[in-house]
Amino acid sequence: MIDAPLALLAELTHRCPLRCPYCSNPTELTRASGELGTEEWARVFAEAAALGCLQIHLSGGEPTVRRDIVEIVAAARTAGLYTNLITAGVLLDAALMARLVEAGLDHVQLSVQDADEAGAERIGGMKGAQAKKRAAAALVKQAGLPLTLNAVVHRQNLHNLPRLIEIALEWGAGRLEVAHVQYYGWALANRAALLPNRALLDEATRIVQAARAAHRGRLVIDYVVPDYHAARPKACMGGWGRRFLAVSPAGNILPCHAAESITGMVFANVRDTSLAKAWLGSDAFNIFRGTAWMPKPCQGCENAERDWGGCRCQAFALTGDAANTDPACALSPHHAMLAEAVAEAGAAEFRYREFSSDRPRARPG
Amino acid sequence: MTPRFAPGVRLQEDKARGRWIVMAPERMFIPDEIALEVLRLVDGARDEAAIIATLAEKFAAPVDVISVDVRVMLEDLRDKGALVHD
Repeated sequence: MIDAPLALLAELTHRCPLRCPYCSNPTELTRASGELGTEEWARVFAEAAALGCLQIHLSGGEPTVRRDIVEIVAAARTAGLYTNLITAGVLLDAALMARLVEAGLDHVQLSVQDADEAGAERIGGMKGAQAKKRAAAALVKQAGLPLTLNAVVHRQNLHNLPRLIEIALEWGAGRLEVAHVQYYGWALANRAALLPNRALLDEATRIVQAARAAHRGRLVIDYVVPDYHAARPKACMGGWGRRFLAVSPAGNILPCHAAESITGMVFANVRDTSLAKAWLGSDAFNIFRGTAWMPKPCQGCENAERDWGGCRCQAFALTGDAANTDPACALSPHHAMLAEAVAEAGAAEFRYREFSSDRPRARPG
Repeated sequence: MTPRFAPGVRLQEDKARGRWIVMAPERMFIPDEIALEVLRLVDGARDEAAIIATLAEKFAAPVDVISVDVRVMLEDLRDKGALVHD
């Protein structure tokens, strides 16, 4: 018996004005010409709702770079989905906000890269971004929509965590996500510049706990910890193919937004396969579903149905085999790799996210 | 007092599972049958008395019996952050 999914992550585009070095998009980005069209997304949303999804996260890249973002929001609401826009906010103006509200948008999640302007603009790689984000937050509040602020934290901005919490209150957010970077794709390439040491992590945890108590009833703080310092892995996606599916800008149907980082895995595409068929019958979903696929030490482990073996993408990125136990687990034979990475961290420079042909090339001669 | 849904909160049909769900930012909860009857009447226009009167008529029950149930229910939904009162 395969349960129906609860939520769909629709990655509408990989285009984005920001260049965050921990972006969760794959390192091979899809160009605008390869993106699904409005009608295709509308069909995907209807299929998702029929399959059992209740909520949709419209993400990217930056979803508002799409000229049809209002039509896309309207299509999600027509399908009956609770519609969440995950945005950097730098393209939002009063006119677009009004049209999004009219289309039925339910909730906005706004990213913030740092508390101080210079840091935020260095990490996001975009000048003037912070002022635009502040203005975007005000527009969301004026529109009467609930606002979540998403702060991805790492070694280069953790010193500003108390200020990030203040900004969430100042900007009127009801929720704040303090999310430590998860290391695959771009973030893995920048791990040495981003990974915090244990003392920094413990201090961040202490600050979050104190802020939760201080702002109870006013601000909910969700906290995602970096598993490099953990003894147990995270239950990635609540288990592969259990609650969640994602569709890439080009229409690939994914068990997790990072699943394309696992080389050799083949995905069905919405252009020729229904979401239901992919969810129930495709190899990509079935290969790591449940517990039968698990190797030792997961097989027979009392935590097997709690953490589901951890993260497949991380197992692949670090060990070369997606079917291995996530090295974040202390029982994994590869667990020592994480402590080594923590010990080696200390770089200051980023490799910014970019489309592959934009990369600087060596000049001849 | 006129209850209405808090920003970002709404009642949504979960057809695949044959139930109704209160959807909120990044969370959801399943109302029981009585809560669902009350929530269906929350439209930002009906006040508490109008909701009670409508339910008393629908279930052919005395207003004073219904009113206690409805007031407790509305209070609970407000504590959960699903409703606000004007």
